[in-house]
Amino acid sequence: MTAARAVPSAESSARRVSYNPAPVASDATLDTLACTDLACRRGNRLLFSAVNLEVRAGQAVWLRGRNGRGKTSLLRLAAGLAVPEAGQVSWGGVDVRRASVYAPLRVYIGHANALKDDLTVFESLQFLARLHGRAHDPASLNAALERVAMASRRDAPVRTLSQGQRRRAALARLALERQPALWILDEPYDALDVDGIDVVNRLLHEHLARGGSVLLTSHLPPGAGAPDMAEFDLDPFAPR
Amino acid sequence: MSAAFAAVYTRELRLALRRRVEALLPVVFFVVAVSLFPVGVGPEPQTLRVIAAGVVWVCALLASMLSVANLYALDHADGSLEQMLLSGHPPTLIASAKAAAHWTITGAPLVLAAPLIGLLLDMSPAALATLVAALLLGTPILSLLGGMGAALTLGLRSAGVLLILLILPLSIPALIFGSGAVGAVDSGISASGHFSLLGALLILTALIAPPATAMALRIALE
Repeated sequence: MTAARAVPSAESSARRVSYNPAPVASDATLDTLACTDLACRRGNRLLFSAVNLEVRAGQAVWLRGRNGRGKTSLLRLAAGLAVPEAGQVSWGGVDVRRASVYAPLRVYIGHANALKDDLTVFESLQFLARLHGRAHDPASLNAALERVAMASRRDAPVRTLSQGQRRRAALARLALERQPALWILDEPYDALDVDGIDVVNRLLHEHLARGGSVLLTSHLPPGAGAPDMAEFDLDPFAPR
Repeated sequence: MSAAFAAVYTRELRLALRRRVEALLPVVFFVVAVSLFPVGVGPEPQTLRVIAAGVVWVCALLASMLSVANLYALDHADGSLEQMLLSGHPPTLIASAKAAAHWTITGAPLVLAAPLIGLLLDMSPAALATLVAALLLGTPILSLLGGMGAALTLGLRSAGVLLILLILPLSIPALIFGSGAVGAVDSGISASGHFSLLGALLILTALIAPPATAMALRIALE
C-alpha cells in the first residue's frame, strides 16, 4: 500500500519534500485531487504506472520528470481530458470525469495557449472567461491584462504577439480567479522573461494563500520567488 | 448554459468576420459551380429548367462540405477545443453552437444566393420559392452532418477526403427530398410531402448529430 502523498512512494522518499505551510484561508475547504494507482499509455508505450499523487487545498505540487515521461499526459488525466489506462483520478472521492463540481473549480492551462490568432488579446481572454463562467466585464479583463503587463497590447491580434506575450495573455486567466480552485498548469513559465516569471509566482502565492491548489510542470526547478512546492518525480514510475 | 452557446456562437461569427475571404469562399464556389452548368450543358432553357433543382442542391452540398473541414481542426490545434470541453458545459451544447454558427456563415448565404442562381437557370417563381424553402430546411442538416464528420475525422491526416466520404452518403436523403420538392412543384403536385420529410430529417439530425459530434470530440481529445 503506497501512501497517497505527493511523494513517489519508494524510490525517492529520500528526496526532501517541502509541503506548503500556507493555511487554508477560506471557510469552504477545497477538495483534494487524488490520483490512485494511475497508469497511462500513449500508443503502444506505457508511460508510467502505479502513480499515487495527492494535491490538497493550499498545496502546490511540482511535477517533474524527463522529456517524454508523461508529465503532460498526467496533467491531462488530472484535468479529466483523458481516460487513464488503469487507476483513478478523483476529486473529493468522485471520478473527475463524473464530478460535476469539478469543472468550475479546475483551471487548466495547457501547452497550447487557446488563443485565436484572428482575435485580439482582449477578445480571446473574454471568450475564455465567458466560457468558464469567470468575470468577463471589461474592467476585470483589463485589470487581468494589466497584471500580466499586456494591457498595452490589449487590442492587438494574437497573431502579432511573440511566444512570451502569448503565454502572458493565456496566463491572464489566472489573474481573473477570485475563488479557491485547482490550477493545472503545463509549463507555465515557458517562454516567459524574468518579469513574467515573477508575475506568475505572485499569482501562485495569492492563489495558495486563498486556499487554492496547484499542480504544475516545469523543466527547470521553480526559482527563488516561487512558492514552496512539493516535488513529484515521474521518472521512477516509468516501466523498466 | 445558453451563455456558453452564445459565447461560442458569437466567437465563431467574429472569427468569420476577421477572415471574410475564407468565409465567403463556399458561397462563391456555389455561384461559380452552378453557373458552369449552362456553359457545359448548353443554354437551352428547357434543359436547364429540368436540371436546375438538382444542380443547385448538389452544389450547395459540396459548398457546405468545403467549409466544414476546418470547423474543429483549428480549435483543436490551438487548444481552444480542450478549453471548451473542460468548461463544464455539455459538449453537445458546444457542438450545437458550432453547427449553428456554421449554418449562419455558410448555409444562410447559400439560401440567399439560391434565388439569383435559380433565375440564371430559368426557374419559375413557384419553383424558386420551393427551392429556397427546401434549402432553408436542408442546409441546417448539412451543417449538422458536416460538424459530425469534422469531429469524427479530427486529427486524421486525410481528414478532408474522409469527411466527404463519410458525410456525402448521409446527406443523400436531404438531396433527394430537397430537389424532389422542386420537381413536384414543377409538375404541378404539392411539395408538402417533401417538406414534411425534410423537416423530419432536420429534427432527426438535430437530435442525433450534436451528441454524436460531442462524443467524437471527446474521443479525439483523449
